[in-house]
Amino acid sequence: MSLLKEMKKGLFTSLWFVFLTFPLMVIKVDPIERVVRWRWENALYVAVGTFLMYLLVTFLMQRKNARAATETEVDADRESFIHRLIASPRQKYLLGGALLAVAIAFPFFSSSYQTNVMTTALMYVVLGLGLNIVVGMAGLLDLGYVAFYAVGAYSYALLNHHFGLGFWAVLPIGGGLAAIFGILLGFPVLRLRGDYLAIVTLGFGEIIRLILENWGEFSKGPSGISNISRPGLFGLELNLDAAIIYIYYLMILFMIVTIFIVNRLQDSRLGRAWIALREDEIACQAMGIDKRKTKLVAFSLGAFWAGIIGVVFAAKTTFINPASFTFLESAIILAIVVLGGMGSIIGVILAALILILLPEYLRALSEYRMLAFGAILVAMMVFRPQGLIANIRRTYIFEKEKSPAEKS
Amino acid sequence: MDYFIELFCSGLTRGAIYALIALGYTMVYGIIGLINFAHGEIYMIGAFTSFIVATVLSIYGFPLLAIVVLAGLAAVVWSSAYGYTVEKIAYKPLRHAPRLSPLISAIGMSIFLQNYVLLAQTSDFLPFPTLIPEFAFMEPVAHIVGSTDIVILITTTIMMLILTVVIKGTKVGKAMRATSQDRTMAMLVGINVNRIISVTFIIGSALAAVGGLLIASHIGQINFFIGFLAGIKAFTAAVLGGIGSIPGAVLGGLVLGLTESFATGYVSSDYEDVFAFSLLVFILIFKPSGLLGKAETKKV
Repeated sequence: MSLLKEMKKGLFTSLWFVFLTFPLMVIKVDPIERVVRWRWENALYVAVGTFLMYLLVTFLMQRKNARAATETEVDADRESFIHRLIASPRQKYLLGGALLAVAIAFPFFSSSYQTNVMTTALMYVVLGLGLNIVVGMAGLLDLGYVAFYAVGAYSYALLNHHFGLGFWAVLPIGGGLAAIFGILLGFPVLRLRGDYLAIVTLGFGEIIRLILENWGEFSKGPSGISNISRPGLFGLELNLDAAIIYIYYLMILFMIVTIFIVNRLQDSRLGRAWIALREDEIACQAMGIDKRKTKLVAFSLGAFWAGIIGVVFAAKTTFINPASFTFLESAIILAIVVLGGMGSIIGVILAALILILLPEYLRALSEYRMLAFGAILVAMMVFRPQGLIANIRRTYIFEKEKSPAEKS
Repeated sequence: MDYFIELFCSGLTRGAIYALIALGYTMVYGIIGLINFAHGEIYMIGAFTSFIVATVLSIYGFPLLAIVVLAGLAAVVWSSAYGYTVEKIAYKPLRHAPRLSPLISAIGMSIFLQNYVLLAQTSDFLPFPTLIPEFAFMEPVAHIVGSTDIVILITTTIMMLILTVVIKGTKVGKAMRATSQDRTMAMLVGINVNRIISVTFIIGSALAAVGGLLIASHIGQINFFIGFLAGIKAFTAAVLGGIGSIPGAVLGGLVLGLTESFATGYVSSDYEDVFAFSLLVFILIFKPSGLLGKAETKKV
């Protein structure tokens, strides 16, 4: 297509968007003072922004199409840089060791605020990996993931408040309770089709939050629970800075354990059953996989991780209230999984670090954080559904040359 | 008894609004089998646009009738434009993608639109101008049924009648019914399916915009987050009636509205939203095809 024609189309698109955003972007009224502010400069920004965006998208689409036309067979060779890096075990361990060394040394040359931010990012890494089991591997879209997170957090807060139970005692209880909730919810709803499941889990997440908000005698309502004790270290009294560093190391430990378990799960019989269920349920049942049991295990395992991190969250902030467990939280975790690439472990880790740390360090951007998350979900689905780092399935390659008839 | 009638009327009003929004869900689902998660946001944008236009006009001293007509028109035009654009950007490229992809994209769109309105306008609750006056002839029953309730009921009835005529009587409606029955077949007999899908989004968005205008003037305040809850409740209504079925959406909306109204009136108002969500969960578990929907048989 000629450049001029593209320019013209881009111009029309930007005009359309100026019209579209006119009432919301340009006019701002103050109904109490009864004054109208016309922000014409915004119309200009929208016009220029859309025009550039249109050119960028057209360019990307053309490149994508051109690439699809030329490269069909050599897909296997086009593994990303990271995949090649971890292909050989030696490089993999070297890289992992180096990253671990940096992670361990991190608290010593940064402030406790930085360490705290990093702990949050690590929590999202583990949450992302947990949701990745449900969404990425088993293909069950769970929009109420935050409910299980809330269950974990509240079980620690309440048990600590009423019975004085410590962090380590509640950690398995919180995870277990969340997993039980996962089974309770999963048992009736898992036979629903994918999109219904998404809405029911969303409804469930909201129910949990509303109950926590309104059942004052149980959860202390919107004011939340404060003075939750921090995790103990063999009865040592830790000051605030030491406690932050301690939780940071705990999170690193949790992350390593999670990565190890998820990695092993992926290649296990169960993991393969999940992936097969995601691809084709009917074929799977025909092969003798118990659909309901397999899905339930995925659901409750995902919930278990959310519960564990919920306990850590309550211990880290020492204060929780229902406002931390809104739908947006679920959406952030989903954005992490989608951006990273569903089913891809490295992708999820990278995406969690990007999505949580970037708004933290670019303060000017933090206002646009949720806007960007929404845009990321759409853009990833449209342009790169496999995510930043696609999960490469184990494939067996036959060395023998195929006959031309087989190729089609 | 008065209390019962009062609850009944407020339930009907609520239900009528839910039905208006639910129609958008059900029509889109009927045609492309997608839960248009961003539909609640379209409704919110309708309410916001009418708020802005109505306030600007009232500041510049227009008469009330002109304000109502222009605000309604603006809400319909811009909501439809948003519905159309959202479909083009977020759903059209994913027509042949796996089932979860358009759903995730729809969730992204919903979050995007919410935060777009939040950033472009404000996060505060804004007072919506009173567009519907208190009628004098309603005076004797005003303590039970407000004028707004009557206006809402009449307007939604008219909208639904128009919709029925469009779907049953016009060529576009016929094409819509054909597309929802079998998209490939519709294409083969020469229906421009992409255009029909766009039309469906536009009609659904226009209905949502009217719903937005009505409920905003009923409740009297709006903010950027109203679309989320309204969207889920309308979806509940659509599922309750049987998703894909247009009379089902209306029935579902009314049932949900009445249930909520009685539950808040007689049980507890704290758990208003919990009732709606629980209703949704229970229908999906026990009767996923809804009241009027056909059970889906899957061929292998």
